Amino acid sequence: MGMGLVDELRGALTDDRVLTQPLELALYARDASVMEGAAAVVCFPTTTEEIQDCVRIAARHERAVVPRGSGTGLAGGAVPVADLEPVVVVTTKMTRILQVDEDERVAWVEPGVLNLDLSRAVAPLGLHFAPDPSSQQSCSIGGNVATNSGGPHCLLYGVTSAHVLAVEVVLPDGSLALVGGLDPEPAGYDLRGAFVGSEGTMGIAARIAVRLTPVPPAVRTLLADFTTVDAAGATVSAIIGAGIVPAALEMMDAEITRAVEAYVHAGFPTDAAAILLVEVDGLPDGVEAAAAAVTDIALAHGARSVRVAQDEAERALLWKGRKSAFGAIARIAPNYYLHDTVVPRTKLVEVLRQVYEIGARHQLVMMNVFHAGDGNLHPLIVFDRRVPGTMERVMAAGTEIIDACVAAGGVLSGEHGIGLEKRDHMDKVFSADDLDAQARLREAFDPGGRCNPQKVLPAGSRCGDLQQIPAGAWI
Amino acid sequence: MDLTGFAEEVGNHGPVVAVGGRTQWEVGGSVEAAAREVRPPAGIVSHQPEEMIVRVSAGTPVAEVDAAVGERGQAVALPDWPGATVGGVLAVGHSGLRRLGWGPVRDTLLEARYISAEGRMVKAGGPVVKNVTGFDLCRLLVGSLGTIGLIAEVVLRVRPRPLASRWLRGEDDPFALRRRLHRPSSILWNGTTTWLLLEGHPADVDAQAAVAGGAFSEVERPPPLPTAGRQSVRPSEVAGLTGEFVAEVGVGVVHRPHPVEAAAPHPSAVELNRRIKALFDPTGRLNPGRVA
Repeated sequence: MGMGLVDELRGALTDDRVLTQPLELALYARDASVMEGAAAVVCFPTTTEEIQDCVRIAARHERAVVPRGSGTGLAGGAVPVADLEPVVVVTTKMTRILQVDEDERVAWVEPGVLNLDLSRAVAPLGLHFAPDPSSQQSCSIGGNVATNSGGPHCLLYGVTSAHVLAVEVVLPDGSLALVGGLDPEPAGYDLRGAFVGSEGTMGIAARIAVRLTPVPPAVRTLLADFTTVDAAGATVSAIIGAGIVPAALEMMDAEITRAVEAYVHAGFPTDAAAILLVEVDGLPDGVEAAAAAVTDIALAHGARSVRVAQDEAERALLWKGRKSAFGAIARIAPNYYLHDTVVPRTKLVEVLRQVYEIGARHQLVMMNVFHAGDGNLHPLIVFDRRVPGTMERVMAAGTEIIDACVAAGGVLSGEHGIGLEKRDHMDKVFSADDLDAQARLREAFDPGGRCNPQKVLPAGSRCGDLQQIPAGAWI
Repeated sequence: MDLTGFAEEVGNHGPVVAVGGRTQWEVGGSVEAAAREVRPPAGIVSHQPEEMIVRVSAGTPVAEVDAAVGERGQAVALPDWPGATVGGVLAVGHSGLRRLGWGPVRDTLLEARYISAEGRMVKAGGPVVKNVTGFDLCRLLVGSLGTIGLIAEVVLRVRPRPLASRWLRGEDDPFALRRRLHRPSSILWNGTTTWLLLEGHPADVDAQAAVAGGAFSEVERPPPLPTAGRQSVRPSEVAGLTGEFVAEVGVGVVHRPHPVEAAAPHPSAVELNRRIKALFDPTGRLNPGRVA
C-alpha cells in the first residue's frame, strides 16, 4: 500500500527498464510528427505479463497509458499528452519472432519486431511480410498494427489489416483477449479488424499473427518520366482504367526527384516535371504483358521515356531512390512535415495543383512523393522551424491541404492515422452520429478511456461525453 | 425508397430484422418471430471503373453488381450465391470459393452507411481504396449479422476480371500442389479429389496448369458444395479432416453435408463481443435472436 507509481513499476520490471530522468523522458516526448508532449515515466516490458503489469499499475494510479513502438508514427499517435502525466509503454524490447509456419504462411511475432527484419527472416522460405512503409527498416509490426500501415506495395497486396490474422491484446484493464484467429472465419465480431488501426486506444498488441506472402516469381520495375504533372496523373488513371493493378504505382514531382537524385544517384531525370515508378509482379507472362501495357500507356500519355530496370541491382536502386526521399530532403532544410491524405485517383492532378498553390501562398517549399495508384497523396512541406512565424504558416498550409482533399471527395488519412494531428479535423468527414459510433467501439475496449486518451476522436464524440480537453494542451 | 426512407422504416423502437435474399437465413440462429421485416433499398448508385469502386444500395443482388462491373472488365469479390444481396453477404461475412486468391469479404467493403439501433444513419469508412480515417467500423459490420446496424448502402472495391479462368480436376495431393503454384484462385479437396481454379493471363494459366501436372484435366465447374454445414478450421487442419466434406485448401473453410455445431468466440473475447452488442444496440432490437 502506498507505494509510488515508479516504485511499483520498478518492482514489476527492473530498475533499468523504468525511465524517469528528464533527459531520458525527453526522448519519448515526440514521435516522427511535429508535435511534442511529455511522459511522466517510460517503461520497457519484455513479456506479455510485464505489459499487463504496466497497464494494471498505471490503472491503479489512475494514469493514462500511451503505447509506443519505434516512434516513427507521423500523426502524433505516440506523443504523450503532457497534462495527463501518462505512463509510456514501449515495446521495442519485445523483438522475438516466436514462430514461423511455412505451410500455413503465418508468423507469430512480438510487437517490437521491425517490419523489414521479419521479411528478411522469412526470405529464405520465399516469403515476405507485404506491408512496406517507407520506414520499414525502423518501424515495428506492433506499430504497423496500431496504425494499419500501408506502403507502396499495398496497392496490390492490401494494407496491414489484410495481413494480420490474430492479435493477443493487453486490454486497458490489464486483461488479455485474443482477437481474430488462424482459422478463416472466427466466431463473433471481427474484433481483429476493429483493433487494427485503433492507434493504441484499445489496448496493446502483445503477440501478433501475421500472414506471410510468397515472393512473386517475376517482377518488372519501370520508370516513366514526364514533362507535365498532368500527363503523369493521366497515366495513373489510364493504367488503372485499363484493368492493370500494379504491385506499386508511385509518383514523384520535380522538386523531390531532383533532391533524391542529388542524394542517391539513381539515374532519375532531373529535368522531369514528374516521374512514375511502376512495379508489376506475378507470373512471367502476365508480368511481361502488364509491363508492355504500362509502357504503351505512359508513352501514349506523353512520357518522354520509359526505363525498365534490367536487373535486381537496378531495381533496388530505383526503389532506394523512392524510399530515400526523406533522407534526401534533410539536406535541403532541417524540418519537414509530411502530410497524408487520400483523394479519388481521378482528382490527383487537380488536388496537386491546389497543393502547389497553397505552398506558394504560404511561401513554403512543397514537394510530392506519393502512392499515386491508390490516390494516397503525401505533400511534403520542407522548412526551418527556427525562422519565426514558419510553424504557423506550415500548420495553416496543412489545414488548407486537408480541406482541399476533403472537398475533392477524399479522406483525412490513407496510412499514417489520425492521432493528435488530425483529431480535430474528423468532423470534416464524419457526422456526430458517425463519431458517436466510433466512440462506442472504443468504449467497448476501453470503458475507462485509459488507453491513449485524446487520440483519434475529438472531445465530445460520445453522446454525453464529459471529458474536456484543455485547448492547445499538446503543442 | 431512399436511405432516409429506409431509416424511417427501421425507426428507433421495436424488434426489426433486415431481409436480403434469404440465401443464408439460418446463419447465426433464428430471429424472434415478433421482429418486423425491413428491406434496404436496391440498385447500383454509381460505378467508377478508374477508381475501382462501385456504390450500391444494400438490397442489390450481388449478381446484378457483378454483371454491371463486368461490362467494364471488373469483378466484385463477393460470393455469388443465387439470389444473394450485397447487404446480405456482407452481414453474413462468409467468403466465396475464390477466397484463396481474392481474399476475404471483409477486405471488399470500403464504406458503409447503416441504420443504427436509434434509427440514425451512420457512415463508416470512405469512398476511396485506402483509408485509415478513424476506427474501422466497416470490418466490424462484416459478419455482424445485422446485430449492430442494418447496412443500407455500401462502396465496394472492385478488381480486374481475370482474362482467363479454368477449373481443373485431378487426383493429387492438394497441399503439395499449393506449394507448387503461385496464388491460385481456389483449391478444393474432398479427401480424394482435388479441384483447382487458375485465373489470370491466359499464358500464365496454361503454364500453371502444366505445373499442376498431367494428373489434372479441365472441367466445366467446381463440384457441388454441400451446404448444410460450414466449418472454419486452421488451414493445417484440413489434411486431417474425416467424413464427407469439400474443403478450401489454404483457407480452412469446410463445407459439410450435415449441420455442424456453431463455433463460439475465444473465451477471452466473449466479454468484448457482449459489450459491443450492448453499446451498439442497447435494447437488443436489431435482428434479435441472431448471434454473430
